[in-house]
Amino acid sequence: MDITSLTAVELGKKIKAKELSVADAVKASLDQIDRVEKDVHSFVTIDREGAFRRADEVQKQIDSGSLDGPLAGVPVAVKDNMCTKGMLTTCSSKILENFKPTYTAEAVRNLEKAGAVIIGKTNMDEFAMGSTTETSYYGVTRNPWNLDHVPGGSSGGSCAAVAAEECPYSLGSDTGGSIRQPSSFCGVVGIKPTYGTVSRYGLIAYGSSLDQIGPIAKDVTDCAAVLTVIASHDPKDSTSIDRKRYDFTSALVNDVTGMRIGIPKDYFTEGLDAEVKEKILAAVRVLEERGAVVEEFDLSLVQYAIPAYYVIASAEASSNLSRFDGVKYGFRTEDYEGLHNMYKKTRSEGFGAEVKRRIILGSFVLSSGYYDAYYLKALRTKALIKQAFDKAFARYDVIAAPASPTTALELGHSLSDPMKMYLGDIYTVSVNLAGLPGISIPVGTDSKGLPIGMQLIGDCFEENKIIRAAYTLEQTRTYERPAFVKHLAEMKGNLSGGQGRRREGVQASFDTIHLEGGR
Amino acid sequence: MGKQYETVIGLEVHVELATRTKIFCSCSTEFGKAPNTHTCPVCTGMPGALPVLNKQVVEYAMAIGLATNCEITKVCKFDRKNYFYPDNPQNYQISQLYLPIARNGYVEIETGGTKKKVRIHEMHMEEDAGKLIHDEWDDTSLVDYNRSGVPLVEIVSEPDMRSADEVIAYLEKLRMIIQYLGASDCKLQEGSMRADVNLSVREAGTEEFGTRTEMKNLNSFKAIARAIEGERERQIELLEEGKAVVQETRRWDDNKESSYAMRSKEDAQDYRYFPEPDLVPIVISGEWIEQIRARQPELQTEKMERYKKEFDIPEYDAKIITSSKHMADIFEAASAVCGKPKKVSNWLMVETLRLLKDRGMEPEEISFSPENLAKLVNLTESRAINSSVAKEVFEKIFAQDIDPEIYVEEHGLKTVNDEGALEEVIRKVIADNPKAVKDYHSGKEKALGALVGQTMKAMKGKADPGLVNQKLREMI
Repeated sequence: MDITSLTAVELGKKIKAKELSVADAVKASLDQIDRVEKDVHSFVTIDREGAFRRADEVQKQIDSGSLDGPLAGVPVAVKDNMCTKGMLTTCSSKILENFKPTYTAEAVRNLEKAGAVIIGKTNMDEFAMGSTTETSYYGVTRNPWNLDHVPGGSSGGSCAAVAAEECPYSLGSDTGGSIRQPSSFCGVVGIKPTYGTVSRYGLIAYGSSLDQIGPIAKDVTDCAAVLTVIASHDPKDSTSIDRKRYDFTSALVNDVTGMRIGIPKDYFTEGLDAEVKEKILAAVRVLEERGAVVEEFDLSLVQYAIPAYYVIASAEASSNLSRFDGVKYGFRTEDYEGLHNMYKKTRSEGFGAEVKRRIILGSFVLSSGYYDAYYLKALRTKALIKQAFDKAFARYDVIAAPASPTTALELGHSLSDPMKMYLGDIYTVSVNLAGLPGISIPVGTDSKGLPIGMQLIGDCFEENKIIRAAYTLEQTRTYERPAFVKHLAEMKGNLSGGQGRRREGVQASFDTIHLEGGR
Repeated sequence: MGKQYETVIGLEVHVELATRTKIFCSCSTEFGKAPNTHTCPVCTGMPGALPVLNKQVVEYAMAIGLATNCEITKVCKFDRKNYFYPDNPQNYQISQLYLPIARNGYVEIETGGTKKKVRIHEMHMEEDAGKLIHDEWDDTSLVDYNRSGVPLVEIVSEPDMRSADEVIAYLEKLRMIIQYLGASDCKLQEGSMRADVNLSVREAGTEEFGTRTEMKNLNSFKAIARAIEGERERQIELLEEGKAVVQETRRWDDNKESSYAMRSKEDAQDYRYFPEPDLVPIVISGEWIEQIRARQPELQTEKMERYKKEFDIPEYDAKIITSSKHMADIFEAASAVCGKPKKVSNWLMVETLRLLKDRGMEPEEISFSPENLAKLVNLTESRAINSSVAKEVFEKIFAQDIDPEIYVEEHGLKTVNDEGALEEVIRKVIADNPKAVKDYHSGKEKALGALVGQTMKAMKGKADPGLVNQKLREMI
């Protein structure tokens, strides 16, 4: 059985049916990690011992009948900005290189209660600041579809890990598109829920008013199942909303008859890659054929979303990241004279360039004399963007849009021009500013063989509409695996003999690739 | 004699609220525990931790706002004040800048028989910082986060005060109101009430304010009075020399009775305030305000009026007793037990105040129980002990809160009411003092006093002097 090709829900069923043990599932993930990790590098931390120990515990609970949810015994990878008690949590930053939290994030606790087995913590852009996972202190993550390309970001490690079948599903976080954009780049499905749906307690904050945790998986069914488990009303998070019902799997219905889908014309203009545009509009036509009512409209204010987002997110980040000072935990510079010198050197050495850029930007827009001109204006823009969406959702159930203007970019080309990188977030940041739910689902590949993702946006608390549309669309396609992963799977089949030969084969396939490696 | 100057003073008063738990987490606010034992991810600024507002903090703040005649802000918000310091684990303090919970209030003060309103500009809620401990020997600093996250309100007055007396009167009034509300114990020495003094001087008769300084580190009313006098002198001296007062923050050193500049306006930090995104706005309904208003306890003025009416206590006494919530509580509890409010009032007004003064104590420091005072009143009223014994016993109560019934019993201090025994003693006294008896019979009234004294001595002070007097007259 090719365990790693299974979805999370399929794997959960087999474990429940005793066709597989939890340890088998964990071993399959760790074996795949052994095969691909040196090329893909999805993880900052892999917890082999912990995963097997936990597998035993979970197996006992399954056997005794105390655990019977769809995710019981299924391995998961968690983005490295969510606190895991006793397990390194770095935010892919040097400043947290030695940080082991004293508590576990609420979303992760919800997964643990459902019997999930954490196999490791995934790589990301440092403090979730970036769109390529190249700002990680621990080295880049590569796109399993083409190892010369980025996986997107900031949840690049979580998306690459799923695409490379190192784990059936993962958790990401999305402040301006950090789940949806890398999901589209890696050909997987990712949901950014309505703000307040998943507790932020234990999520190391980037932009507090925008951050949401969400699931990343091979298909919509898995995402709905995972969201059902991680979403909860958490009294420890004041911005958590009591939604009463947390069932997203009932929306897995293959039917969009009468669903009104809006196409924002302003999203399909200049700057959008022609192939991306073509594949998304083709996907919309599929939904139309299935009974949806499709209409174009003007969303307006699109050009203001990026400046408003970068002002608000950076302002909050500049304050959120001030606690990393070398006093209480994390990295502290070796030589210093006095308190202020310790602060300066620790933060200068501990943070990377992109993080510093945003701290400086955020500090500037909050400083006296500039607050009204930048921060307050950005807040007003945010309110206007929310109004524009309210108007749209009075007419449409779902808005269909690209997740990114292009497919995955080549490694090493983005960081030199931050403005250009920021503009790549044009289709995703508004959703965070308005607190809306969004999903990214694969709708094909471009001529280079790189995945294209379509984003479906819903009104607040209307995840079930976007899940239903995405599920319906998904039924018309078959899941595509990256060639590299397919190849490995075939090799596993053919070379079911010696471990050594298998590994040799893998290496032979990729020794032409230059590895940048960690610092 | 040169120009006349007027002092203009505004106050920023920090008050630690008496909640059981901290403002944003469920750690205990208890004082004096081992370092970092009352801490959690929230109050130590751990990554990913989030604040959740303690409702009791809002209710105490509303109660103080209402009692100081403030308008309560219907939708109030928290803001972040950003600055780096190790006692502040997040390197920002959650406070209120843009929409504080209460605004535009006042309290009435009285100095030298004149009444005056001191306006309150605003009051906001915020979290306290941890405590740094500097180890000079080791040249290191350690931090204790037990106090981090203890709730505070900051009450900012308008510059309405003109003298140290007015400042003290204002602080005493605030303290009394807040103690009556049970919102804080307001101990300056322990830091649960802290005042920063903003002071400027101007030529008498001018409208425009002078340049002000802010004085910190004032730990007692005496220090506040001295600092005001010192700063007034310093500023006048500068002006007289034709120099300018620099707007700056100064630190008072009460041992040296002088202050030094901490930082000037130019070095003032930019706190980069912005709305706290981890907390939602607090919506305060009219209904909630009315609930708090209805729950407000009786404040001093009302209590004083009630004492006058209900217990027939003179105005002066009622005012003294109610000036301390603690003393008023003792008064009411003791009166309820013994049913003799006027007698209880006498013990508080005379002996208690005398002992407090002798020992340099505040009324808040009274540590005896109302029950023991009530028992003492009953012992005296039933003539079980005489007044001089009662005073002696009260000192014991004041110092050690002893049970007077047990004490009197154990020490054999009870008045001897056995008339037979008394008559026997008197007969002996008469027999032993023929001269005094003779003097009395020849009309020297004074001689009786000597015989009473002899009798009391023989009775070891345990007789009722009135009864002795009466018996002597009968028997002589």
